[in-house]
Amino acid sequence: MLKIWAQRKDDAQKNKSVVPPYRIRLQKDLSELADDPTTRLEFANTSDQTKFTVVYQPPGGLYHGGEFKFSFEVSEEYPHKPPKVLCVQKIYHPNIDTDGHVCLNVLREDWKPVLSIQSIIFGLHLLFMAPNPEDPLNNDAAQNMINDPTGFKMNVTTSMRGGNVMNAKYECVLAPTPAHSKGRR
Amino acid sequence: MALSFKCDTGISRYLQLKAPHVEGFSLVNDENETPRDLLAKAKVLVIGAGGLGCEILKNLAMSGFNDIHVIDMDTIDLSNLNRQFLFRKDDVSKPKAEVAAAFIRRRSPHVSITSHFKRIQEMPEEFYLDFTLIICGLDSIEARRWINALVCGMVEEHGFKGFKPIIDGGTEGLRGNARVILPSINACLDCGLDLYSKKVTYPICTIANTPRLPEHCIEWASVLEWARIFPDKKLDGDDPDHINWVVEKAAARAADFNIPGINYSLAQGVVKNIIPAIASTNAIVAAACTNEALKVVTTCNPYLDNYMFYSGLEGVYMFSFPYARNPDCLVCGKKAGSLSLSANTTLEDLITALRESPVFQLRAPTLSLGQTNLYFQKPKELEELTRPNLAKSIGELFESGSTLTVTDPTLTTSLSVTVTFCS
Repeated sequence: MLKIWAQRKDDAQKNKSVVPPYRIRLQKDLSELADDPTTRLEFANTSDQTKFTVVYQPPGGLYHGGEFKFSFEVSEEYPHKPPKVLCVQKIYHPNIDTDGHVCLNVLREDWKPVLSIQSIIFGLHLLFMAPNPEDPLNNDAAQNMINDPTGFKMNVTTSMRGGNVMNAKYECVLAPTPAHSKGRR
Repeated sequence: MALSFKCDTGISRYLQLKAPHVEGFSLVNDENETPRDLLAKAKVLVIGAGGLGCEILKNLAMSGFNDIHVIDMDTIDLSNLNRQFLFRKDDVSKPKAEVAAAFIRRRSPHVSITSHFKRIQEMPEEFYLDFTLIICGLDSIEARRWINALVCGMVEEHGFKGFKPIIDGGTEGLRGNARVILPSINACLDCGLDLYSKKVTYPICTIANTPRLPEHCIEWASVLEWARIFPDKKLDGDDPDHINWVVEKAAARAADFNIPGINYSLAQGVVKNIIPAIASTNAIVAAACTNEALKVVTTCNPYLDNYMFYSGLEGVYMFSFPYARNPDCLVCGKKAGSLSLSANTTLEDLITALRESPVFQLRAPTLSLGQTNLYFQKPKELEELTRPNLAKSIGELFESGSTLTVTDPTLTTSLSVTVTFCS
């Protein structure tokens, strides 16, 4: 065993404290998030960064004027496994069901350890700027979007105000402050 | 020290012969110990007493290892009996580690074998420090990463005393691998984390709307329906009531979509992500692991450098190669540096030092100490929270000699910076 040990090269000073890898990775992910006025993070408990809420105000599109909240939960297996992400509001969206499940490829089948919290946030942005009725999670909303785009647009607006769409009541998700408008449609 | 048991004749001869492939091999080392002495005094820990563990324990006991410990948190299930041959029908639901140890004790009374019916995370570092070598026969990546991180930390803290080679065996159906991990010398487990196949997942929209496979229906029941009906209860793959509920729901859905093939074992397989275990693969991989353990402990022959792959999928195929260390590995590749500053220096000045020092040249460093956040550059919420620390002196924030975890956009992973206070 000493012979094996003799192969060791004492080149650099090595780290003594054992910080679990998921924490280092999370520190890196969070501290390098892009500056983006449409998105902010909320921490219920600031000493625990493994649980937080991402709050997003779409700068345009059908969901403009709303404020959408997603709970993120990062496990010890991060980044081997993706974080658990749920929409905490009941919203009318073709790719998000009324229990908050989000159909986003990077959250499940296409997750890779090289992706980051930022990649997921980009993915969420995309869902609001370009909802995809071809991969539905809320089937009614998806059919509505395909068959009657004008009616769908109205239903989205109604649902965001906390109204009823197809006999289901939705949560009011209007942004408390005027949303950042970039005027892109 | 003499070996005093029956089955050592083969091994004993082998350990006294000059190995044909070892340069400068001698029958005694600098401490005047022969390979036989080294084998006799080796204390080995086997993690996992399942398919691989049973084979490894049997092999170790038959190879002349005298002091074996085994740790496993699991109990015996009826479905284990086809390959986990240290267990009998009467043993079902008893702790694996204890039953396996008792069996070895009966068959090889000369071997000292100690069992621990525990999670590896429950044992203190001192426990692990006591072993010569650790052999893993695990099916979980999580447990592997835990022991790997512990062992990599131990070697940095204790030097040779904390140097615990890991022989890691793994099997998945007809494929398997064995590797020799020499912490701080060759690739650690996290260096090659990308090698592990991940759990099969299906797009959630397919599960929700367009199931085509029985697995889609089972995932629908276990992921979506379970969470809807029992929001506060976790699905337990070992609870027959839970699995029966999943089977019932999945079968109803499968009937709606005209999909055949839902049954209990498939449902449990999908929920627990079970990959069928094959006895012969376990036997081959366990033999390779024991063989490597023997060679590493006794240095009687060159050991594996450092990764052996076996596939029985089409014929029998094996090859080995030296898996390279990952310089950016989060566990063993962490770059480190040190700074000497006055205790009165503010955290802000420390950050400036990290940016301006020609050694570090960081751009926007974020600092933490263990669980404590010292300063986060982003997001805004954490920056505001940690901003008051900037004006504090480092003497107020931590002790001299503390090692900070530093991340920065210029670093692929992280940097450990040890800060000592100068007067």
